[in-house]
Amino acid sequence: MTIPLFSPGVGPLTPEQQQSLNQLLTTLSPEQSAWLCGYMAGVNASGAEPGVLPAAPSDSATEAVPVTVLYGSQTGNSEGIAGDLVEALKGKGVTAELKDMATYKTQNLKKEKQLCVVVSTHGEGDPPDTAMDLHAFLYGRRAPKMDGCSFAVLALGDTSYEHFCKTGQDFDTRLSELGATRLLDRVDCDVDYEEQAEAWIQEVAAKFSASPTSAAPAQAGGTAVPVAPQAAYSKKNPFSAPLLERIHLNGRGSAKDTLHLELSLEGSGLTYEAGDALGVCPVNDPELVAELVTALDANADEDVVTPKGVESFQEALSRTYEITTLTRPFLRAYAEASESKELQGILADATTLNAWMYGRDILDVLNTWPVKGLPTAEFLDMLRKLPPRLYSIASSLEAHPEEVHLTVGVTRYDAHGRSRKGVCSTFLAERVELDETIPVYIDANKNFKLPASVDTPIIMVGPGTGIAPFRAFVEQRELQGDGRNWLFFGDQHFDTDFLYQTEWQQWLSNGVLDRLHVAFSRDQNEKLYVQHRMMENAKDLYGWLEEGAHFYVCGDESRMAHDVHAALISIVEAQGGKSKEDAEAYVKQLQKDRRYQRDVY
Amino acid sequence: MPDKILDLSKPVPEDHEHVEHIKEASDYLRGTIVEGLNDPITGAIASDDTQLTKFHGSYMQDDRELRNERRHSKLEPAYSFMIRVRVPGGICSAEQYLDMDRIANTLANKTLKLTTRQAFQFHGVVKRNLKPLMQGIIRAKMDSIAACGDVNRNVMCNPNPYQSEVHQEVYDACCAISDHLTPNTSAYYEIWMDGEKVEGTPKFRTETGGDDEPIYTRRYLPRKFKIAVAIPPNNDVDIFANDIGLIAIEKDGNLEGFNVAVGGGMGMTHGMPETYPRLASVIGFASTDRIVEVCEAIMTIQRDYGCRTNRKHARFKYTIDDYGLEFIKDEIASRTGTALDETRDYSFDNNGDQYGWLKGTNGKWNLTLFIEGGRVKDTKSLKLMTALREIAEECGECDFRLTGNQNLMIGNISEADKENIEAKLKAYKIGEYGGLSGLRRNSIACVALPTCGLAMAESERYLPTLITKIEDICETVGLRDDDIVIRMTGCPNGCGRPYLGEIGFVGKAPGKYNLYLGAGFAGERLNKLYRENINETQILDELKPILESYAKEREEGERFGDFTIRQGYVKATVEGKDFHA
Repeated sequence: MTIPLFSPGVGPLTPEQQQSLNQLLTTLSPEQSAWLCGYMAGVNASGAEPGVLPAAPSDSATEAVPVTVLYGSQTGNSEGIAGDLVEALKGKGVTAELKDMATYKTQNLKKEKQLCVVVSTHGEGDPPDTAMDLHAFLYGRRAPKMDGCSFAVLALGDTSYEHFCKTGQDFDTRLSELGATRLLDRVDCDVDYEEQAEAWIQEVAAKFSASPTSAAPAQAGGTAVPVAPQAAYSKKNPFSAPLLERIHLNGRGSAKDTLHLELSLEGSGLTYEAGDALGVCPVNDPELVAELVTALDANADEDVVTPKGVESFQEALSRTYEITTLTRPFLRAYAEASESKELQGILADATTLNAWMYGRDILDVLNTWPVKGLPTAEFLDMLRKLPPRLYSIASSLEAHPEEVHLTVGVTRYDAHGRSRKGVCSTFLAERVELDETIPVYIDANKNFKLPASVDTPIIMVGPGTGIAPFRAFVEQRELQGDGRNWLFFGDQHFDTDFLYQTEWQQWLSNGVLDRLHVAFSRDQNEKLYVQHRMMENAKDLYGWLEEGAHFYVCGDESRMAHDVHAALISIVEAQGGKSKEDAEAYVKQLQKDRRYQRDVY
Repeated sequence: MPDKILDLSKPVPEDHEHVEHIKEASDYLRGTIVEGLNDPITGAIASDDTQLTKFHGSYMQDDRELRNERRHSKLEPAYSFMIRVRVPGGICSAEQYLDMDRIANTLANKTLKLTTRQAFQFHGVVKRNLKPLMQGIIRAKMDSIAACGDVNRNVMCNPNPYQSEVHQEVYDACCAISDHLTPNTSAYYEIWMDGEKVEGTPKFRTETGGDDEPIYTRRYLPRKFKIAVAIPPNNDVDIFANDIGLIAIEKDGNLEGFNVAVGGGMGMTHGMPETYPRLASVIGFASTDRIVEVCEAIMTIQRDYGCRTNRKHARFKYTIDDYGLEFIKDEIASRTGTALDETRDYSFDNNGDQYGWLKGTNGKWNLTLFIEGGRVKDTKSLKLMTALREIAEECGECDFRLTGNQNLMIGNISEADKENIEAKLKAYKIGEYGGLSGLRRNSIACVALPTCGLAMAESERYLPTLITKIEDICETVGLRDDDIVIRMTGCPNGCGRPYLGEIGFVGKAPGKYNLYLGAGFAGERLNKLYRENINETQILDELKPILESYAKEREEGERFGDFTIRQGYVKATVEGKDFHA
């Protein structure tokens, strides 16, 4: 890259700023520097302070910043004290909000300006169960800078234990390390905490009510948000998104392995809407690459010419070509090269070919009909390019700014004496470490979108990983308004395969989700699926459709989507008192009106 | 006369415990249990209903070891239910035992826990299996109502194998008390059996029908209530740990009546000296024909005067210490019309089980088997569950008796069956008691981790290992065969009656225990705190010199608990109130 660097003393920048800028410039691609140019232009046009990421606009200069009172409670003592503190603050005219660490959204932490923490300690210095996640978050890589936040901590504990009040100490220390200002020294309470706690409450209430932030927050600065030009990242030029989190969604003993992945889009300028997909460019399994190199008796370091230019044979097999899925062109080319009568025979009959290809890959072919001295260039010519994989996005960008979440079913199985791995799913599961980057781009899906009106009811059918876009939908709907939401979910077992169970429970209890019906196919003798639950609720389902509901299906195409489609028609037929033909026409009309949308694979 | 705390003419006062409000609003223990059972989105039931299912014999629990992992996976805790089956006096038929075995293997976690109160417990029952399991229990002509909750729990009676006639009379009294004090609500059969009544289930022996609770009222008791009956000299049911302890008094082989002891209870809370274990006080004698009404009178005193504003102060033991024994005696006299008679002489000499074969006065054999931690299960090395199932299948005439020490007695065995059983035990290598140390055969451990929500430390899964290490010390100093009562619980609530252990362990944190010493061998004296919050190494370091000294310096026949007091390791606990002194 040859962007000229700034020399010291040139321009208005300080030496430190120059150094930072030079560091950045050396790493930019032409597309990135073009984007940066546009971004700065946008910033200047909007009149915002350059170089400062705009903060959320503050409408009123007199609006007080609320004090957040966070509690982590096992037996209810912390909760009680925190509740008393909120009352005391309100009594002094300070806006205060009581929040349970268990349900506190960690992304809010960086926005906190005034924070009180009441937390107990258990066992060997452990946080209460409800505080574990927040505690881990604070000590994790994603802990935010907390400059400008003032805080106070009350710790509860039992002096008969070795690690007295350790969790409270942890919070106190860590908040300070992250840049927050300690408003008063931490107070550690023993089991007879009442008096100390009451004194602390009074002191905190007095300090916070005297604080200028509470009284009259002065928020200067422009309110306009600069409009960044459309990002240059695309399928051809994917963004390297750091992997922030990888969670296995299935419980112990499950036959499935479903991943929840959180990737950072920070700085990419990439945006998406609920219903869109994320393209992921995988890297092939190095073991399989090595086996192919061996089977071909080739040199992994040999330079080869690929559509990307010159790269090593190993690199080409790893990143450029698809080396698993068998294609007919490959088989035909290989049959020619190998002059195998047997393979030519298999190719001659479509039925035989289909049966033979099932569960087999390119390595099987090489091992079955080895070709001595097959030139690497000739072999690569037989392969197709490694295609990116598309995954329905499982998050709302508004709910998780600068992040994108995926729900990925990991494919692993044994066939024909070898264990097989899905290319992209095992890449995401096994071959990317946290903080490493994954090449991604947004693949917009205009045909899978929430209704234009936030009041339109929606019905979602998403068994298995088909649940992904509906998590995004419900997150989005939670932010938008009161439209009714109805979800059908299914998988194998209730105990281990209820994907995002606690999130759905939360949305049920706070009313975002109106109805949830689940079908776990293997928890009873007869197999039960989502379409059975639809049929059980036929009357209401038809009622929702008649009221204008949109109907969405995501997941397996071959069976589920087909069965759901059939169930939908029979529901309309029975509940609408229609003939089969009229019911089919009704459903067809739903599709034409874009009220019946599918994202199936 | 103090005012009664229970006043049904007024709403539940604001300052009464939340559970009091739940009971009042529950419509005789219904709540929203049915709705919760039918909710497919969660494996749990509503929080308030978990208080009510206790009265039905079930605790909702979760696998605590999976909590964090599952929360991280966005899954709710791995909820399951524990179900406790009442077995008044601890005796069931071989056929009923087979029903329990089948239920455990099809609907629970393939184990049976024999509890310290002569009940069966099923563990790991997921919500969708709860109702089928309850139906299985009821079809076996047993029940789980009042196995937990603020009611009279399973009535215990020592399964005395050698005084057959007296035992039968005492056992009959035990069942009569149990029947009389069983809650009356029809909610139990309504919820679990869809209203179907099964002939022969205990409740229907005395059923009056309807939803009134003539004894309990709609608010039930302030706290759990426990009754046990013992035939001296054996105190294996630890009667002094009960709200009512009855001591059978016989003359020339005939039962005359019972000495009545009141106000025992184990539970306390760490860091709260106002909570303490207390042993029951013997207050008089009642003849057999009066015993049911006396028990009712005592229980209703507690119903009326027991504290309902603080569950940590709501057991009968605190009512007694608040009002005094004289008040209790006067109330009994006024409620039954007659005062208790003078206490008769009695004496207990142990609270353990006698293992092996014993012949009863009726000529039938009885066999007591040691069941470590009360857990009946199959492991790779020991097929205990299979062996007991085969015995029950092949010896249908015998009965199965649960002891207060979590052990199992097979009773009423004919000579022919005895041979069969001996062969079976040999084949499965069960009951080789020569190998058991004096410590191990006198051990009790509660369930604790991973399922018990109260546990702060391991118990059932850990005590066997700890005993092995203490055995090494005993072996060295020559105490291997000496009976020493050793008990462990994972929390201070006292399921394993730890405060009656000559060596008692109460969990404080993972791997950390309070060590108590000095209880009486026959369950007649509480122990006292010796060391607080110590780990395994410290436990062994503390016990080693005491055991060494006991081996060398004990007097003839002196028990370990008595020795630790004489040598000044701890002071004797004379009454509950000085437990912490």
